[in-house]
Order: sequence, then C-alpha cells, then structure tokens
Amino acid sequence: MSANTHLPVGHEAIRDKGLIRAHKYLILRRLSQAFFLGLFMLGPWFGIWWVKGNLSGSLTLDILPLTDPFIAVQGIVAGHWPELTAIFGAVIVAAVYALIGGRMYCSWVCPVNAVTDTAAWAHRRMDLPKGWQPKKNTRFYVLGMVLIVSAVSGTIAWEFVNPISMLHRGLIFGMGFAWTFVVAVFLFDLFVSRRGWCSHICPVGAFYGLLGTKSLMRVSAQERAACDDCMDCFAVCPEMHVISPALRGKDEDTPLILSPDCTNCGRCIDVCAVDVFQFTTRFDDTPAPGRVREKPKTTRKIGKAA
Amino acid sequence: MSAKPAQKMDPARRRFLQDAARGTAGCAVAGMGLMWMVQDARALPERAIRPPGALPEEDFLASCIRCGLCVRDCPYDTLVLAELGVDGAATGTPYFTARDIPCEMCDDIPCVAACPTGALDKDLTDIDDSRMGLAVLIDQETCLNALGLRCDVCYRVCPLIDEAITLERRHNERSGHHAIFMPTVHSDKCTGCGKCEKSCVLPGEAAIKVLPIRTARAPSSEHYKLGWEENNPLVDELIDLPDRLPGTGTDNLAAPGGFEAEGAFQPTMKLPTAGADG
Ligand code: SF4
Ligand code: SF4
Ligand code: SF4
Ligand code: SF4
Repeated sequence: MSANTHLPVGHEAIRDKGLIRAHKYLILRRLSQAFFLGLFMLGPWFGIWWVKGNLSGSLTLDILPLTDPFIAVQGIVAGHWPELTAIFGAVIVAAVYALIGGRMYCSWVCPVNAVTDTAAWAHRRMDLPKGWQPKKNTRFYVLGMVLIVSAVSGTIAWEFVNPISMLHRGLIFGMGFAWTFVVAVFLFDLFVSRRGWCSHICPVGAFYGLLGTKSLMRVSAQERAACDDCMDCFAVCPEMHVISPALRGKDEDTPLILSPDCTNCGRCIDVCAVDVFQFTTRFDDTPAPGRVREKPKTTRKIGKAA
Repeated sequence: MSAKPAQKMDPARRRFLQDAARGTAGCAVAGMGLMWMVQDARALPERAIRPPGALPEEDFLASCIRCGLCVRDCPYDTLVLAELGVDGAATGTPYFTARDIPCEMCDDIPCVAACPTGALDKDLTDIDDSRMGLAVLIDQETCLNALGLRCDVCYRVCPLIDEAITLERRHNERSGHHAIFMPTVHSDKCTGCGKCEKSCVLPGEAAIKVLPIRTARAPSSEHYKLGWEENNPLVDELIDLPDRLPGTGTDNLAAPGGFEAEGAFQPTMKLPTAGADG
C-alpha cells in the first residue's frame, strides 16, 4: 500500500495540517479511552468510588447500572435470566451504542484498541507482510461459536478468554497472568495477521457492529472530489474496505461510510491532507460530487485491494 | 487441475460453500478449544469459597459477569476476584480464602445487594441461612482441644456459637481422668463463614477448615433407617410389634426365644428401671 504514497503514511497531513490536527481524533480517542479507564481507576487508586466495577458490569454514582450486552446475551443463552439490574444496564448500553455507533465502543472505549493500534503502527513501521487475512465474516462465525459454546457449556463462555475483560479487569482488580492474553493479541496482530484481532476475530466488536447497523453518527467522504489518491486513509483505517464505497462513489452514491464495520475512529479524517472526511450523521444528504478525474488504473487496483 | 468437477457447480456458489465450510470448521476447532478451557476452569479449588448466596457453581458461571461489585461493597475486603494463573477459581469470579479474611456475616449482606445479575441470590435475606461451605475439624491430631487442652478459640469466635459449633465432651483416654472438648460443627447451622478457620491458633494451616459442601458432606444413605429418629421407624408402619413387659414368655429377655438356657444368659440390664448402661 505504501508504494502508492508520496511520503510515508501521515506525513503529508502533518506537513499540511500540523502535528496536532493530523492526530486530532487519535488524541481525542486516547483521551476518551484513558477517561473511561480512569473513571474505574479513581476508586482503587484514590478512593473515589464514582464508578465501581468494570466494563462487564458497573455502577455509576450508586444509581446507574451498566452491563455489557454481549455478556448479558451469553448469560441468557447459558440459561440464566439475570436480575433486572443487569438487564436494565445491558439495555442502556445497547441503546446508546445502537444510537451513536456500535463500534464506537471499539475505538473510543475498549482498552484493547490501544494495544492493537500500537501493533498496527509497529506493523506499518516495520513494513511487515499482511499475513493471514481471514474472511470478512469470520468474526460473525466466532460470534456464533461463542454463543453456541455458551449454550452448550452453560457458561458465559467468552469471558474465559476475552482479552478486553482480562486487561480492563486486570488493571482494576489485579492482573495475575491475564496480561498474557493481551500480549498474545499484540503479537498476533503484529506478526500473524495485520489488524487481525479487532477487525477479523473479536466477537465483541462484531456484536457491537451488529448493534450499530443503523446508528446515527457516521463519517462522510464529503469532499471526495478533492482526493489525491495518496491512499493514507486506507493505510490507517482498521477496516479499510469500508472506505471505498464512499470515497470512490459516483455523484449519486452517498459519501457516507455506512458499513457497520466502521469504528468511527476518525483516523481517516486526521490523516487526509486535503480534509476529505468529516463526522456527520447518517441523515446528512449534502450533495457530494464524485471525483472528476478518472484514473482507471489506480481505481482498478483499489477496487481489488478493498 | 481440478477444473472438471468445479465446472459442474456455479463458481460463486462453490466459493460460498467452501468459505462456509472453512469458517464452520475453523470455528468448530476454536469452539472445542474454548469448551476445553471452560471445562478446565470449572474445577473450583477446595479452598476458594464463593460469597454468600452464590448459586451452585454450574449456575454461577452462567450468571456471574465478573463485575466485582460484590467485591467493592464488601466492607471487610473479604472477597476478591480470581486472577488468572494465580488463584484457581475461574478468572475474574469472586471468592474468598477463609484463612486470609473470613466473611463477617454482615446483617445487611451488602455483597448480595450489590450483585446486579443474581449470581448471588437475592432470596438470601438472613445471612444465617447462607451456606458458603462447611467447617470441618480436619486435623484432629494437632487441634489443641483434641489433645485435651482448652483452646476453644474456633468455638468462641463463631457467630453462631453453640449452634453451628459446639464443644462435645468426651473421655480423655490418655490421661484417663480428664475430658476432651471436641469442637464439633453442625451442618444445619454452619454458614461456612470461615471465622473459625481464620482464628485457629495453630501456625500456618488451621486445624479447622471451611470446605465446599460438596466435599465436606456425604449424602445420607437411603438404605439405613435411623430407628431412633422420629418419623423414621425402623420398619415402616406395616408391622406394629406388640409392646410387652418382661416376664416369662416368648419375649422374655431372661429367656430369649422363650428358651431357658440353663443360666447361660444373665442380662445385667434391669427393665423397666434400667438406666445404668455403663
Ligand atoms: S456478608 Fe459481609 S463480610 Fe461476608 S462476603 Fe458479604 S459483604 Fe463480605
Ligand atoms: S456482583 Fe455478582 S455478577 Fe458481579 S462479580 Fe459479584 S457475584 Fe459476580
Ligand atoms: S464456619 Fe466456623 S465460625 Fe463460621 S458458622 Fe461455621 S463453625 Fe461458625
Ligand atoms: S482454634 Fe484450632 S486448635 Fe483451637 S480448638 Fe479450634 S481447631 Fe483446635
């Protein structure tokens, strides 16, 4: 991919927009991730118990219960109908993500995101081969598999291996050897499969993706006419197949990235030197003319890569 | 090479079936691996005691989301979440180690109140009804009371003293003229809080330990009727043997079976004034 770029990935954006603006959403996301982790750490570190629990289930300010809906679903198929508190918590979380964007969980909250982003960054820097690239629907197979194992074993099966809980709970309650799962994910993404975990395997991400199929917040390739084919957005996007339909669309095609796989991470917005992308809602119907320039050779190549 | 059979099927359909088969097979392998891990993690170690009101282990793993809210609301820091590879319980599930910090049996049971899922059963409203485990005087060779001393510590700390644990007097064979006060736990009252285990004065391991009920208790046998218990007659009401006073006759103890054996059998027992049975 980097063969197509004039400068190394992201450098044009830094040159044209400055370091901060070229990393705006990356910085905001890291702050958001740190914020959500920090809320949970306030208790154990400073004795301020605003938020108790962890991402699997929590209680905020002693009134707001939140539950991971995927865990709740596993519990139900395992044969336990939870108390109302947990149900209520799961419904709130599901509703919020269904509204704002299912996979915003992945890029704005999930602590593993920093791990896999780092692996992807190192992967790019070391110019490693892509490695094993499972089919796009693999994560849904994994999702189904987890539900089947939950039902058959009568347990919340994914929680025995889930690196998200291992990391998050580990940081808050004590890690033990749970860090091995996190290291495994990092090495998997770095050497076995580029963007393998979050974009191909993780059933939690798949679940939130399904939740957010019709969610409100979307990235739009509004200024797609200005695209100069630097390909940086494809290089940084964890789910690069979502970009093409919007960016390469004709005049009449929507510039909105509507794929539920998009994590709303905003890296494409950051990395684009000519500011093609922006956050908007799915109801935004501002006309966005496609590109006038036709470059059949490049287009065909991109079509294949995506 | 294998173009011929491929041509019989629409390539798109063929690819779809191939992908589906590969996905399914891959997931079957991964699923079996996961299943194995799940089964492996089921083996709750003997020394890990679940919080009050915890559902039976097989239901617990279907219901506990490992949020740790019970841990947070336990005022005595009794409960902890299991850490991978450190504690044997399923990673992230709550338990306590009685010898470290026992359960103080809070009246308002905050751990149960905190549990959002019902993994700790909300029906438990009286902490005396909880059955986290069962204390067992497991080392009767080193227990000081069992040696004939008066330690009594486990007995004294029990929140249900004289109910869950009693001191049973028995003869001290060693000295010949002292008593041994055996700490004796009663399963119908013991909650498994572990206070006795915590306070056992012996260094290191305690002589009295809380064990999971599955380990501590044997099921009572259906085959053996306990004739001395009410509502549990030796023989079901089919036969009601006549009650007779001793005297000459077929039921005469002095002459079993009505047969006078030339003084060979001389019962020491005197009925009905019997009472001195040794
Ligand atoms: S009853 Fe009290 S001391 Fe015992 S585990 Fe619950 S909160 Fe902790
Ligand atoms: S509060 Fe309930 S669901 Fe949460 S860790 Fe404790 S037992 Fe499990
Ligand atoms: S575990 Fe020990 S202290 Fe607790 S109720 Fe049972 S006998 Fe008493
Ligand atoms: S505290 Fe320990 S040594 Fe003392 S009587 Fe109880 S079990 Fe025996």
